[in-house]
Amino acid sequence: MTAPALTTLRRTPLRRLAGVDRLAVAGAVLLGVVVLAALLAPWIAPYPEDGGSATHPLEALLPPSGAHWFGTDQVGRDVLSRVLFGARTSLLIAVAVLAVSGVAGVVLGVVAGYAGGWARDVIMRVTDVFLAFPALLLSLALAVVLQPSVTTVIVAIAVTWWPWYARLTASVAASVATRGFVDSARCLGVPAPLIVLRHVLPNSLTPVLVQLSLDGGGVILTAAALSYLGLGAHEPTSEWGLMVQQGQSLFTTDWWVVTFPGLAILVTAFSFNVLGEGLRARLSR
Amino acid sequence: MPRYLIRRLGQAVLVVAGVIVLTFAVMRLVPGDPAVAYAGPKATAAELAEARRRFGLDDPLPVQLWNYVRDLLGGDWGTSLHTRQPVRDDLFQAFPASLELVGAALIIALVVGIPLGIAAARYKGRLPDLSVRLSSMLAVSVPVFWLALALQTVFASGLGWFPVAGEYDASLDRTSPLHLYTNITAVDALITGNWPILTSTLSHLVLPALVIAAYPAGVVAQMTRAALIEESSRDHARLERALGFGETAVLTRFALRPALNPVLSLIALVFAYSIVNGFLVEAVFNWPGLGRYAADSIRSLDTPAIAGVTLLVAVLYVVANLAVDLLQGVVDPRVRAR
Repeated sequence: MTAPALTTLRRTPLRRLAGVDRLAVAGAVLLGVVVLAALLAPWIAPYPEDGGSATHPLEALLPPSGAHWFGTDQVGRDVLSRVLFGARTSLLIAVAVLAVSGVAGVVLGVVAGYAGGWARDVIMRVTDVFLAFPALLLSLALAVVLQPSVTTVIVAIAVTWWPWYARLTASVAASVATRGFVDSARCLGVPAPLIVLRHVLPNSLTPVLVQLSLDGGGVILTAAALSYLGLGAHEPTSEWGLMVQQGQSLFTTDWWVVTFPGLAILVTAFSFNVLGEGLRARLSR
Repeated sequence: MPRYLIRRLGQAVLVVAGVIVLTFAVMRLVPGDPAVAYAGPKATAAELAEARRRFGLDDPLPVQLWNYVRDLLGGDWGTSLHTRQPVRDDLFQAFPASLELVGAALIIALVVGIPLGIAAARYKGRLPDLSVRLSSMLAVSVPVFWLALALQTVFASGLGWFPVAGEYDASLDRTSPLHLYTNITAVDALITGNWPILTSTLSHLVLPALVIAAYPAGVVAQMTRAALIEESSRDHARLERALGFGETAVLTRFALRPALNPVLSLIALVFAYSIVNGFLVEAVFNWPGLGRYAADSIRSLDTPAIAGVTLLVAVLYVVANLAVDLLQGVVDPRVRAR
């Protein structure tokens, strides 16, 4: 099931997808908007200095208006600017976590799946142990132990995230390893590391890529939760979970301080989920 | 079956052993000195040494791990630094409230998610399907702490339809005191016929349970839909259609029961996840469960308490997983052969 899907994804990604699943396209477009907002934040934010430590005490807690579309926070910073800069923090965390845990999981998974035997047993039992901790729980314990920072969030979540990819890759690689072309390569005397690298790995990647896009939302939510609990990003970094935490006591009187960062988390996680769902529907067809 | 049972039990024991080692490893990474945290900042050198000796911090790591495992199995989960009580007693007190909250949430998730999944499968590719798929994706994308704050602000502080925080009205403890059997307030109130506390607890439950239910409801709806669509493309469904059953009857009378199997095992898996998600919600609604205990422990860097919460939830997850596998092994012989 994996080989044809991979080649079509490789050949002409956008046009193939467009004809394939409108959900995937909608998710990709939505996610593209968030990525653009993150990349262009210093140029499109109305008050770029408010993304950092600037304060304007005289303009504190102004409701949304033409000058401040999302209003201002407790120290007079423009909420729209901070939401835009917050996209940088969240996407940075998501990309870093998915890259680190994806690579670690795929490497271990391919080894487990191709080698089989005791290597597979050991790796799978270790993933069992990690999977027994809900991601937020283990990253919570780790984040308490390490110093609160964006790096801590990345490390804590990546440590809890890789086993999923190890499992998935192992099961796909195990089935790829039984296919004819792998046997042929082995008969031709191709050394095992080369077989894994050239034949098993590329043919095991597609389901992992789909899972990675589905998981982007989960990473964003977990990271925001850690920052909300005070275990992640701290002032003056713009981070959505942190913004919600700082504004939560003001919700009844100054709703905009909490509402917009929360919506930003929702929209970003949603776009990852829609994209991932669309890709998965495409893959299972 | 006995062979399957033994193999599966052996696996579970291995995982629990790994969970204990991993928890121990994480807790030993703590930069602060637990002895200082326990003895207080003004402790003398002698008091510090006494605290170190008491916690066995002078021993080599393998010895500490061995002592830790021995104490755990002997029922000693350590002493909480912030409540100064045995962690096991604290957990025993806090867990029933979390169980009550998550139980209510999972019931809501099933009651909402399954019918939505059926509707989506029945009208596959049409408007009801698309709206169920989109709203279930929204439900799994919403940050729980934010949803909790929003519902609390609008429906409790704003409209006053529901109480703002707590498990039940504390003044009822005087007018109609509750006898404890299970420690789960709603259940105890129900079996002792304590209506004032029961109604108060239920109205306090609505908002936090709805927030926690969002994620499992979304997942259940998606899973029900997918399982029904697969089930209704099998041969037995074709036969039922040929016999003249309508599409709705094929789905609800024949396809639903086999399709619910994966949905129910899913519920066991999201149970532990929901408990942890509940941590954030309990903090907002001041619910006296594990989450509030965990939040207090985090604030005071209370390592034994955090280790206790972490272990408890991980072990719960392993047990839930095991229960589901064994149940499915009983119901479905094919599972045993795997």
